[in-house]
Amino acid sequence: MASKRQKDSPEEEKKQASSFPDEVLECVLGFVKSHRDRSSVSLVCKDWYNAERWSRTHVFIGNCYSVSPEILVRRFPNIRSVTLKGKPRFSDFNLVPLNWGADIHAWLVVFASAYSFLEELRLKRMTITDESLEFLAKSFPNFKALSLVSCDGFSTDGLKAIVAHCKNLTELDILENGIDDLGGSWLSCFPENFTSLEVLNFASLNSEVNFDALERLVARCKSLKVLKVNKNVTLEQLQRLLVHTSQLTELGTGSFSQELTLREYSELESAFSNCKNLYTLSGLSEATSLYLPALYPACVNLTFLNLSDAALQSAELAKLLPHCPHLRRLWVLDTVEDKGLEAVGSSCPLLEELRVFPAEPFEQDVVIGGVTESGFVAVSQGCRKLHYVLYFCRRMTNSAVAAVVKNCPDFTHFRLCIMNPWEPDYLTKEPMDEAFGVVVKTCTKLQRLAVSGLLTDLTFEYIGKYAKNLETLSVAFAGSSDRGMQCVLAGCPKLRKLEIRDCPFGNAALLSGLERYESMRSLWMSACHVTMNGCRLLAREMPRLNVEVIKEDGSDDTHAEKVYVYRSVAGPRRDAPPFVLTL
Amino acid sequence: MERTVTYENDLNLKATELRLGLPGTDDSDKQTPSGVRSNKRTLSETTEECRSKSNSGTSDARNDDTETAPAAKAQVVGWPPIRSYRKNSFQPKKTEAEAAGIYVKVSMDGAPYLRKIDLKSYKGYPELLKALENMFKFTIGQYSEREGYNGSDYAPTYEDKDGDWMLVGDVPWEMFISSCKRLRIMKGSEARGLGSYV
Repeated sequence: MASKRQKDSPEEEKKQASSFPDEVLECVLGFVKSHRDRSSVSLVCKDWYNAERWSRTHVFIGNCYSVSPEILVRRFPNIRSVTLKGKPRFSDFNLVPLNWGADIHAWLVVFASAYSFLEELRLKRMTITDESLEFLAKSFPNFKALSLVSCDGFSTDGLKAIVAHCKNLTELDILENGIDDLGGSWLSCFPENFTSLEVLNFASLNSEVNFDALERLVARCKSLKVLKVNKNVTLEQLQRLLVHTSQLTELGTGSFSQELTLREYSELESAFSNCKNLYTLSGLSEATSLYLPALYPACVNLTFLNLSDAALQSAELAKLLPHCPHLRRLWVLDTVEDKGLEAVGSSCPLLEELRVFPAEPFEQDVVIGGVTESGFVAVSQGCRKLHYVLYFCRRMTNSAVAAVVKNCPDFTHFRLCIMNPWEPDYLTKEPMDEAFGVVVKTCTKLQRLAVSGLLTDLTFEYIGKYAKNLETLSVAFAGSSDRGMQCVLAGCPKLRKLEIRDCPFGNAALLSGLERYESMRSLWMSACHVTMNGCRLLAREMPRLNVEVIKEDGSDDTHAEKVYVYRSVAGPRRDAPPFVLTL
Repeated sequence: MERTVTYENDLNLKATELRLGLPGTDDSDKQTPSGVRSNKRTLSETTEECRSKSNSGTSDARNDDTETAPAAKAQVVGWPPIRSYRKNSFQPKKTEAEAAGIYVKVSMDGAPYLRKIDLKSYKGYPELLKALENMFKFTIGQYSEREGYNGSDYAPTYEDKDGDWMLVGDVPWEMFISSCKRLRIMKGSEARGLGSYV
């Protein structure tokens, strides 16, 4: 099934007689899984490069335009699993027009001939049509796992093709996509003798699936470990599903609100009591204090609790958390308020990751509700192992952030979003420069940073001076001049992804990074001061970069409204739509 | 290695001004407030909602440019950085003090990007349809209960709370704006098969 290497020439054989046989090397390298390690292995020498490429079964491509499918299959003949990321991250926030690209089809066509034994495909921010899904389903007889995160271009009809034709499917993971939900009948397309499913996630699809079909599916798939249903599945239906699935490790409930009789409630409670293997729990939309207690028995081994769809109040959260003694990751809505976060601080000593999402992000004049700087500090006081935070708030202070990183100096991911642009320190009315300054000075392991609030170039001077391990930086509505961006480009040697919007950085800043961009995955700049001439200059000086400008309707010809720069061995895009100019 | 680069005329500030408005937003009449802090963009070029009251620490010169009352607040595209699936799925339990606008996305078959409109800013179907015609530069035909939109290349449709795609105009206006989740201007030939999707 897998391709074999040709026998080496006599000279090669003589040389290798004294060194490691290839087969042994390949076997050993089979244990090397991390793609970064494999990258390092391939650079050691030609023999190792070859052994690595023959033994690699999984490939991760962080930017689908950095390489072409032809180049990929030429280098790696035995790939079983592909992970591809497409559009720039800001496309999640509607900054990238529809039909920009990142279409998977050309890849699938090449894979169909080179990787007919392909088993897994994981896509993020790519476009995939129903036709492509059907092509996928029919071209790869061993296909097992499909994961689509934040993708677009398809409808539930495309899922029908996957479900009906992939006889060995183990994973179907459909997450947060902008797709046409044409109904839930796709779920009924699983053949009656199909039993291999291990992961099923359709939580973000809106239409109702046939519950009987779902129940039968869950009952016959004895290896099912992950089940995340959508909102249309009621509590009573959930209880019926749980009867079949005591081996679940991850559960996403449907709507957690329904009129239940006492008997139905106790049935639900006992169903949850049987879910002792749950590590991850999510869903819980419309959860109320009335039924949350039914969950408590299932929380005993939870390490990840995702409450970002459940508008819990502080008291409800405070009652729930003590039942989750092993919690490491917690996602909540800001409806829990500072009081809820105090409960987090006191109940979750093992917490490593906290994400607080805004319940009403687009309300500008909210004066009550939400979380503030004191909730942030409260969490840090109790959760000393915290290293990942995503925090949406409407006010923050420099001193609070300083207190937080004093309590938790090990941040690797610090993403603070003060939701009103240019919002200063709530108490002192000064810029928030010192906050991010203390973050980068204290948290030496910082890999990812997102800044917000009123920020001058000083923030970026701090970042350039101290954030030596920084890999990803997101900047919006910040900075005073080109100097800010220049400091970052000059000072952060490990920077891979830089995304900037609405900042006063212009051509001088853009061009100061000439030497840097080839060691980065990509740069995004939108609504800054960069011009077409600046971009042309960059393109001229650095021919191995793709410098793309997305033209907006009605904007003038000299301003470069949206700029996307990335390194590529595949040359300029051949599939660029008319509004994407490659310079 | 020094590099002197001439940028010709592109120090034209207007061309490089930081704009937060949606593409096509007209900014020709806005005033420039004086005394604005140097690390902020000239606010007259930004859309109204950035002049929110909570930005109290900034220059009070901003209070001068109130010629446009923030009645129909446009949104900064993509801010705060919340993914769209989150926006639509969550229904806040708390009652909102003042009814916010009902913002829905409008897509049109063939157009490269979407627009957003506030359904509350229209008093009824005629106003809405006119606005759509202006926004996307096309014409909608005559609506009739029996035949939908006749005599045009496009038909306005919407996705309702149940996830079904409906023709705009069939239900009373109030019912429409409370159940409409998004709009799609469909090519006429597709729209005639609308009933068969459910």
